[in-house]
Amino acid sequence: MTDLPWLTVLGIVPLVGALVVAALPSGRDALAKQVALLVSLVVLGLTIAMCAAFEPAGDRFQFVQAYDWIPAFGVQYAVGADGIALVLIALVAVLVPVVVLASWYDADPQADPLRRTAGAVGTSARTSATAGATPPEATVSGADARAASSRRVGGGTAAGTPAGATAVLDAPPPAEDQPVDELPPRRSVKTFFALLLVLETMMIGVFAATDVFLFYVFFEAMLIPMYFIIGSYGGPRRSYAAMKFLLYSLFGGLLMLAAVIGLFVVSASQGEGTFAFEQLVGLEMSRTVEIALFSGFFIAFAIKAPLFPFHTWLPDAGAEAPVGGAVLLVGILDKVGTFGFLRYCLPLFPEASRILGPYVIALCVIGILYGALLAMGQKDLKRLVSYTSVAHFGFIAMGVFAFTTQGQTGAVLYMVNHGLSTGALFLVVGFLIVRGRSRLIPDYSGVANVAPVLAGTFLIAGLSSLALPGLSTFVSEFLVLIGTYQRYPVAAVLGAIGVILAALYVLLMYQRTMQGPLQLPALLGDRMRDLHLREVMAVAPLIALMVFLGVYPKPLTDVINPAVEATMQDIGQTDPAPTQGGALTSSGPADED
Amino acid sequence: VSRPLAIPALATEAPAEGLPTGDYLAAAGSHELLWLLIALPLAGATVLLLGGRRTNSWGPYLAIAACGAAFLLAVTSFLALLDLEDRTAQLQLFSWVPVGGLQVDFGLLLDPLSATFTLLITGVGLLIHVYSLGYMAHDPRRRLFFAYLNLFVAAMLVLVLGDSYLALFLGWEGVGLASYLLISFWFYVPAYATAAKKAFIMNRVGDVGLLIAMFIMFATLGTTQFAGVFSQAELLTAGTATAIGLLLLLGACGKSGQFPLHTWLPDAMAGPTPVSALIHAATMVTAGVYLIARSLPLYEVSETARLVVGVIGAITLVIGAVIGCAYDDIKKVLAYSTVSQIGYMFLAVAIPGAGAVAILHLLTHGFFKACMFLSAGSVMHGMGDQVDMRRFGGLRKEMPVTFACMTAGYLAIIGFPLFAGFFSKDLIIEAALDQGGVRGWTFGLIAIAIAGVTAFYMTRMMIMTFFGERRWTEGQHPHESPAVMTVPMVLLAIGSVVSGYVLVHVTPLTEFLAPVLGSEEADHVLEPIVVTAIVTVVSALGVLVAYLQYARTPVPTTAPVAVSPLTVAARKNLYFDSLNESLLMRPGQYLTRALVFADNRGIDGAVHGLAAGIGGGSGRLRRVQNGFVRSYALSMFGGAALVVAVLLLGRVGA
Repeated sequence: MTDLPWLTVLGIVPLVGALVVAALPSGRDALAKQVALLVSLVVLGLTIAMCAAFEPAGDRFQFVQAYDWIPAFGVQYAVGADGIALVLIALVAVLVPVVVLASWYDADPQADPLRRTAGAVGTSARTSATAGATPPEATVSGADARAASSRRVGGGTAAGTPAGATAVLDAPPPAEDQPVDELPPRRSVKTFFALLLVLETMMIGVFAATDVFLFYVFFEAMLIPMYFIIGSYGGPRRSYAAMKFLLYSLFGGLLMLAAVIGLFVVSASQGEGTFAFEQLVGLEMSRTVEIALFSGFFIAFAIKAPLFPFHTWLPDAGAEAPVGGAVLLVGILDKVGTFGFLRYCLPLFPEASRILGPYVIALCVIGILYGALLAMGQKDLKRLVSYTSVAHFGFIAMGVFAFTTQGQTGAVLYMVNHGLSTGALFLVVGFLIVRGRSRLIPDYSGVANVAPVLAGTFLIAGLSSLALPGLSTFVSEFLVLIGTYQRYPVAAVLGAIGVILAALYVLLMYQRTMQGPLQLPALLGDRMRDLHLREVMAVAPLIALMVFLGVYPKPLTDVINPAVEATMQDIGQTDPAPTQGGALTSSGPADED
Repeated sequence: VSRPLAIPALATEAPAEGLPTGDYLAAAGSHELLWLLIALPLAGATVLLLGGRRTNSWGPYLAIAACGAAFLLAVTSFLALLDLEDRTAQLQLFSWVPVGGLQVDFGLLLDPLSATFTLLITGVGLLIHVYSLGYMAHDPRRRLFFAYLNLFVAAMLVLVLGDSYLALFLGWEGVGLASYLLISFWFYVPAYATAAKKAFIMNRVGDVGLLIAMFIMFATLGTTQFAGVFSQAELLTAGTATAIGLLLLLGACGKSGQFPLHTWLPDAMAGPTPVSALIHAATMVTAGVYLIARSLPLYEVSETARLVVGVIGAITLVIGAVIGCAYDDIKKVLAYSTVSQIGYMFLAVAIPGAGAVAILHLLTHGFFKACMFLSAGSVMHGMGDQVDMRRFGGLRKEMPVTFACMTAGYLAIIGFPLFAGFFSKDLIIEAALDQGGVRGWTFGLIAIAIAGVTAFYMTRMMIMTFFGERRWTEGQHPHESPAVMTVPMVLLAIGSVVSGYVLVHVTPLTEFLAPVLGSEEADHVLEPIVVTAIVTVVSALGVLVAYLQYARTPVPTTAPVAVSPLTVAARKNLYFDSLNESLLMRPGQYLTRALVFADNRGIDGAVHGLAAGIGGGSGRLRRVQNGFVRSYALSMFGGAALVVAVLLLGRVGA
């Protein structure tokens, strides 16, 4: 079994699936969805089998494959998974089918029974006018056409400019009454699902790569499907958001490319030039060079993650992306940044990480508090969730740069748990928006009166975002903080204040939308459908995993711990010993093994 | 296995002296089923939450059965514990958080302290489950109510049975969640939703204290298991122990409604009355006392932390009692009385050797306060959810059983001789005085004075509710509650009468708890009989004043305006809420708004501005916006590169 090229197979299956979906005759929308779901489930099954074949006590990298790709520069197609990559690939495999299921009607909302009923109640005239004005194949220009007929504030400006990708960066800052969404136009269904599957290939590749150049290629290639998912299937300001996302990422990517080349040059100056991760670890270089190369990687990852102050693209992208896209964007794409810190920044540049670590920790603390405070101030549900992620990414990066096994294992766990928890939160918020066609918190009140299951799921997702013990996010947040405290007590204490703020933004959001007297967007009247079976099936696995991993995270920590210990060795760090006692440190007092 | 709880069975061969050192024996026999104690109510909650409407008819009974089974199991475990020489049983369940040096095992610890709590939680819990059957009979969502109650019982059991601070924390926040869900049970009333949120947030403030205390434990001792922490407690420096002690106290203040985190508790009365009785009077809010009692080996190392616990208790004792005199809402009066009574417990738990006395008062309080809340609930049930005592009056004839039960609770709380509170409160006051010196006299006199104030406001409540004129609003037809409600009330009333005597003279609780909480025979500053006499006289004075003020003159149906400044302040919570609002809430809102603005205009704007600025001055901005993506890309790149260059220069140069 272990001889199977697991990672390559995992990467190829969704790609083939994407081709099949794209090749389906148009009009077979239902079939496209079913094929996409099936493919993503096959990937999930393969991933489970791969995880079973992984030996936690075995080699650091397993399922290794390496073939020459561009021999002149020593570039290889080299893949392999350590415990950290393994759990993140598993997260990809879990989230994609969930997203496929949740996005079932995102490309053709007219077919959605939930939205159809909603449309029948009110504003049907405006809906049909919009649909008529927008040709099905319209993508980017559709935004402007719709903007003219919607009650968008900046509509005049947008309509006055030529069609195409215009008025991209000079779009006004988000006006608060803006994102009241019309029923979105119909767009190509099979393209959407093909893009999701292509994205899955890229996401698996980026975690599996053990050649720095290959990693860079996936890192950049990943942008393309996401750019189209946001730009073509997103909300009213999607072209602005997609462009912003692309530019920020490209800029980071360029810096990283420079640093990747720099690494090659340094390695070439000491023998044969290479991009192989394991050969680059421990590379000798001067402190100045190391800091410069570190910065190249760091900024790319900090934009991707995103860390404060590189975060401003995320609220726009997260808010405008279709819900499924937002889940993958925040749940996985952004994790490449924090994964990069741990996999590349630390082992390749241990000295620079040590020198700049305290500054990074400071950024993380700012991000934790800043993200939480901004989340509290948002009126747009999806922007709110995006800002909570800024705070969460602060926690993850803090754990990585704490240089303790608790911090780093916590950070990796956090990446997985955040994917589940924010994924669930985005999904439920999406379910609400599909019904009310508004992303604005003030448009909703007392939803729990009419949709108790939706409200209950919303609360669970929110509780997991505020890291309630018993849910998986708590274990990771606790580990990150306790790991950070050993080296940076002040940072950990300030981070703990973020725990209070998290309770505030979650409960404020819950109270404002779900509690109180009933008030819904006009088109709904006083009725709202509770969660549909398909929606329950999408969100239930996430909740089940959150509960299970909250009570019993050992299956994950067993896999992550060895990889983290290897990383700690790479950077030459050991955990601080207990300062005042410690007779019982190595194992719990009642540990009988 | 029916064996009488004889005195010798409870008193153990006091293993040496002092507090536990963390030698817990592995569980055997029936204690291997200890996990079921938690699993049963948890399963009940799960079935009710996932089962949906089809559980409407039988769901509440399932919840009661789950709680009842847990009670039986608690009793069995308790009896089995008495047979053990060491009186401890530790059950390892699984490895919870194993990362490097941090090895948190999930395990349960049954010892005299946790066993006492399991009996209180499941026993009072069971009675209140039954009572709710009547109280919530007409609520269409009662299935959820019972699910949350079961969830609460499970979480509270985790809290007291967990064998590490992390497991305790799991239960700690778990009960916080249950409390949140139950306070906002009628979530469509905005004020209730706000009260629930306030409770959760203020608890979280305390929880962060508990979290940081765990960080320090791990950094200094390398573990968060009770066994590891207590066995190494003496290795801690006084400074570290003080820090841990104060942080644990912060957590305790949040959960137990102690100053300065006490303002959520009265608001929490928004929840249905059974919830107020179970969670916000008898069990959850006493978790802070449990935490400190459990952590006594740490407080042993820090005299400072111990003193602060006592001071906080004394302050809260006064605050709660003073405010309790001013409110007209019967539930809020009881809530402030709870705040005040828990102050007594904090006061006591801080006195060396008096930890068991604190737990004694916790138990008697559990009985009489739950009894009073349920009686108040019965009054509200009969009066159409009226809570304003100025609209009650003369109810003793309409509700004789409720009146009798409330009277039992009332006599217990004011410390009427031979009623429960008489024993437990007197012991606290004695212990406070016996500390001697300035501290002893200060704490002792405060405790005595507040006994008088307690007698005053409780008499006021009794008179306004059950005596005097009928000041009912139009169309009220008060009636006695059904048996399903009155039977639990009567049982609790019996507890309010006898529990003090039983736990002091029949089966002495202090001896039972001595292995965990220690015991110390201090020299008496005043003879116990003298203390009792003084306290009784002071309490009688309180009753007399209330009688003169509320029974001799008619009670107006609206609160009088011309009152002393103290009353005005007390009616406004002594301005604690206003203080929170102006010191934290308002500035927080301004900060948030400012940051949102800054993030849109500032950071994002800076990126846009820089990007544009690279292409030329702001005057040429318009021309730059030519719609070509690549020019944007270029200017973005240039702008961002500039930022990076500046950052790098700054860093490398520094």
